[in-house]
Amino acid sequence: MSIKGRVFKYADNVDTDVIIPARYLSSSESAHLARHCMEDLDPGFATSVRPGDFVVALANFGCGSSREHAPLALKASGVSCVVASSFARIFFRNAVNIGLPLLECPEAAEAASKGELLEIDLGSGSIRNLTRGCEHRAAGLPPFIREIVAAGGLIEYTRARRPAMAAERGIPWMRKGALCDTL
Amino acid sequence: MPMTMTQKIIAAHTGAEAVEAGELVEARVDLVLGNDITAPVAIREFEKIGAQGVFDRKRIALVPDHFAPNKDIASAEQCKTMRDFARSMGIEHYFEIGEMGIEHALIPEKGLVLPGELVIGADSHTCTYGAVGAFSTGVGSTDMAAAMASGLAWFKVPKAIRVELSGALSGWTSGKDLVLHLIGILGVDGALYESLEFAGQGCPTLSMDERFTIANMAIEAGAKNGIFPVDALTREWAASVSGRAYREYSADPGAAYSRTVAIDLSSLEPTVAFPHLPSNTRAVSRAGNVSVDQAVIGSCTNGRIEDLRVAASILRGRKVAKGMRCIVFPATQKIYLQALREGLIEAFIEAGAVVSTSTCGPCLGGHMGILAKGERAVATTNRNFVGRMGSPESEVYLASPAVAAAAAVAGRLVDPSDIFPAPARTRANKEKA
Repeated sequence: MSIKGRVFKYADNVDTDVIIPARYLSSSESAHLARHCMEDLDPGFATSVRPGDFVVALANFGCGSSREHAPLALKASGVSCVVASSFARIFFRNAVNIGLPLLECPEAAEAASKGELLEIDLGSGSIRNLTRGCEHRAAGLPPFIREIVAAGGLIEYTRARRPAMAAERGIPWMRKGALCDTL
Repeated sequence: MPMTMTQKIIAAHTGAEAVEAGELVEARVDLVLGNDITAPVAIREFEKIGAQGVFDRKRIALVPDHFAPNKDIASAEQCKTMRDFARSMGIEHYFEIGEMGIEHALIPEKGLVLPGELVIGADSHTCTYGAVGAFSTGVGSTDMAAAMASGLAWFKVPKAIRVELSGALSGWTSGKDLVLHLIGILGVDGALYESLEFAGQGCPTLSMDERFTIANMAIEAGAKNGIFPVDALTREWAASVSGRAYREYSADPGAAYSRTVAIDLSSLEPTVAFPHLPSNTRAVSRAGNVSVDQAVIGSCTNGRIEDLRVAASILRGRKVAKGMRCIVFPATQKIYLQALREGLIEAFIEAGAVVSTSTCGPCLGGHMGILAKGERAVATTNRNFVGRMGSPESEVYLASPAVAAAAAVAGRLVDPSDIFPAPARTRANKEKA
């Protein structure tokens, strides 16, 4: 399935304090987070972003705090995928866990500019820049991560395994190698 | 294949003999932590799982510290969500204000993390507990929710950077100067997805409080965790906080490191990180003329008793510069009480500083010391991103308690040794080393 949208382009080290400032963390309600998303970096973002649009940035996107409000705010804003040269690790796992698609692709991130039109195929990792007429391919997600995403996020993944885990009460963890099994 | 210290702790929690860098594993967690900002989101997600209860009532810790004592009605609701959940689930380690503190100072103080344990927390500074030889790392609220139900978390086994320490700190330099210097070398993503494993003859010369400060800021270099070897001082500390048994791990000889960074502790100078990145470091002696409106001394990075002693040694008998604000936050109730008994609180108040109850407060621009447009703070906290302490047009300079206290007196960034005689090093472990 491919998605088309416009690029909102940012530089290196976009931190979670600018994605959603702490002064707005007294609520985790979607509309509230969307209203203030990127406010300290790009005050026009919240009013101009449309469903399907992409956030494209350079290295270390999402560094700083572990607040899940950051990927939640982007998702609530309608952002369909974040493309970056690299991601800070907590942001990466939070996005996977809540089902916000991410693609790591330095070439595509560097090539894109604000306002350009991209077509992204999450399945293949293909990123086509329709404005420039070029295409790049992001590295695929590891199978275990794809499994979480396919389940609809970590909550659904955990939910699906709950009966099995309850049956194993007393040994509430799995052995290595059993990761992708449903137990 | 030889493993790093972090890899050995992860392997032990998967039930596997060995793990390799890059592998994705699911591991058993010894403790799951959350605070008043991250736990309400986790509780909402936890409820969607439909679990009857939490995996273990004794292995979850909930600490209201960010916007607590409640700063407004919305924050009060978030704290209440967490309190009600703790009650209904029978969670043992819920810490109400009065017994609380900033989570990353409180959890070790309460003996809830010991060497060799695996801790996840829905707070990025959960990496603090690497100071005691544990594997601990920050995760998000959904990870926290899943772990509260299952006792499990997924990890990508990290590679490691070895940080080889030699020599010993001297004069006014501290663990904060070391970690700022290190972040300056690595950059804010220099250790992305990797462990920082501290090693070398310099490690035993560092006090536990200094190790907490250093491990705390591993995340500021993008690291998954920062970890110290277990030594005599760690064992003495562990015995003082808990009677629980624990297991020590050390890196295998021949373990692979992606790189080694060598730092001679005796060569360090008081260091400051300029806005707006923790890696934007330079020696304070080369800071130039930077006037400051507010000094913040405290936080999960530098709100421990040694930090307060250093700050008090500079502020005692002196005055905070006219027109300058100085706010001191002891990190826990216990530290606050000890500071009171040692006369540190009196020294702060007589100098014209204010002393606050334990809270993350200003560090993340929450409350209790927010900056106006154009204002500048020197803070012993951990981040200086745009808008971190208030207005997006304010500035934060990160520094040690000595530099922050000296700035409070001088009204600008100064090298403490320019104004104040260097302290006699009183670290108890120094003699043992």
